[in-house]
Amino acid sequence: MKQMATAKRQGFWDLRAAGNFIGGGTGTGLVLVSTAMAAAGIEARLPLAAGLCCVMLGLSLVWLEIGKPWRALNVFFHPQTSWMTREGIVAAPLTAAGAGYILLGHWMLLPAVAGLAAGFLYCQARILKASRGIPAWKQPEIVALIIATGLAEGSGAALVFGTSATILAGVALAAGLGRELAWARYRRGLARDQAPQGTMDCLASPPARALRTAQLAALALLALAVAGYAPAGVAGGVLAALSGWGIKALLVTRAAFTRGPRITHTPVRGRGLSRPVEVG
Amino acid sequence: MTRYVMIADLRRCVGCQTCTAACKETNGTPPGVQWRRVLDLEAGTYPEVSRVFVPTGCQHCDEPPCRDVCPSTATAKRTDGIVTIDYDICIGCGYCAMSCPYEARYKVDHASFAYGDTPTAAERARFDPAKIGVVTKCTFCVDRIDAGVKAGKRPGTDPEASPACVNSCLSGALRFGDLDDGDSEVSRLIAGNQWFRMHEDEGTGPGFYYLWDKGAL
Repeated sequence: MKQMATAKRQGFWDLRAAGNFIGGGTGTGLVLVSTAMAAAGIEARLPLAAGLCCVMLGLSLVWLEIGKPWRALNVFFHPQTSWMTREGIVAAPLTAAGAGYILLGHWMLLPAVAGLAAGFLYCQARILKASRGIPAWKQPEIVALIIATGLAEGSGAALVFGTSATILAGVALAAGLGRELAWARYRRGLARDQAPQGTMDCLASPPARALRTAQLAALALLALAVAGYAPAGVAGGVLAALSGWGIKALLVTRAAFTRGPRITHTPVRGRGLSRPVEVG
Repeated sequence: MTRYVMIADLRRCVGCQTCTAACKETNGTPPGVQWRRVLDLEAGTYPEVSRVFVPTGCQHCDEPPCRDVCPSTATAKRTDGIVTIDYDICIGCGYCAMSCPYEARYKVDHASFAYGDTPTAAERARFDPAKIGVVTKCTFCVDRIDAGVKAGKRPGTDPEASPACVNSCLSGALRFGDLDDGDSEVSRLIAGNQWFRMHEDEGTGPGFYYLWDKGAL
């Protein structure tokens, strides 16, 4: 026999928490693209600064969400196992190194900035994966999805700054295709591991479908830009970033269902028999 | 060594929720917060339907995921297996609640009372501002256990050293004690009955055993 479904949507993290993943993903993606541009000799201080601002904005939103904001420094207490602590630890040198490059323009800072940005993005992905109460987040494929989404958002946002549009459109297109691959693997994983019905329903809902359509439209626009129609690049980039934000907001606030309590056997009462209870 | 665990005998639980009330009375939890809950679950389809009352709460896991993700070290595990939260360190980020497969954690950002803005005398007496803005959960009544042990009492046997929910259980469904003590009631019950632990596949090693039939596993 099957047990009545008891999964429910989590109520702890709202759009402010989603904002951290949005700002962190777009910001670090933007920083990574900017450092690559700078390494290639292209002026990239403005997108780099914008990326750092996104990261800081995301962290600020988390600060607004926590119950005891004046104890925020306690977040640094547990680097041994907590990916949230590690994210916080990486944020400070990332900001310092990024600001250092913007002010000094010294090329030796670029590898540090890129490495720290990649580390920050990885920490964010692992924060979700470590959330074992939420099947949609602990799914192993979430790590690749969050990283790919961050790169797609960041490279898309970089197009807004207008330099090297064709090359950047190619990067954004590649990142967008990577996001598509990661999304397909993530959805397959959720189905394989029998994610809560609420999660599956949310990811198949009209808002999710609209966001997915926007992601595909972004890919088409970016392909046009690569083919030489430059104006499509900015629109495609903006669409790639905004649709990624929407998907993350859905993942954090709407698709995040718990497993719900489960029993494996019904108890024997009187002369009755116990029945095994399957996963419903 | 000592490993405190709780047992819920599903054959005995009648879903009266006295344990829930006793927990709320003892710990002064606000409306909507139930450290000890009794779920009313249904399984099967008509005409083969089962209704099962399932006491639940923090499972005080061997490997608590809440402890690992906690960025502030507020969540910790004692050597006797009890998972605790230091309300003076917790930043109220809620990450532990996201990592708990048992939905055992709560967070309230504002004081609330059963009858509007004015607390009853009991609520006023038990109100603890340290629990606002931080995450809270079942402690196995750790203060009762510690005080009882200090007074020479035996947890699970002497009420003074046992959790309030166990003391209040009218059907004897809830039991508490030291699993590492071969003579304890919980050890004998676990050895002599068939049981499961919730979400065993998570590998958290819950300290909460659900008995469903006689006979050793």
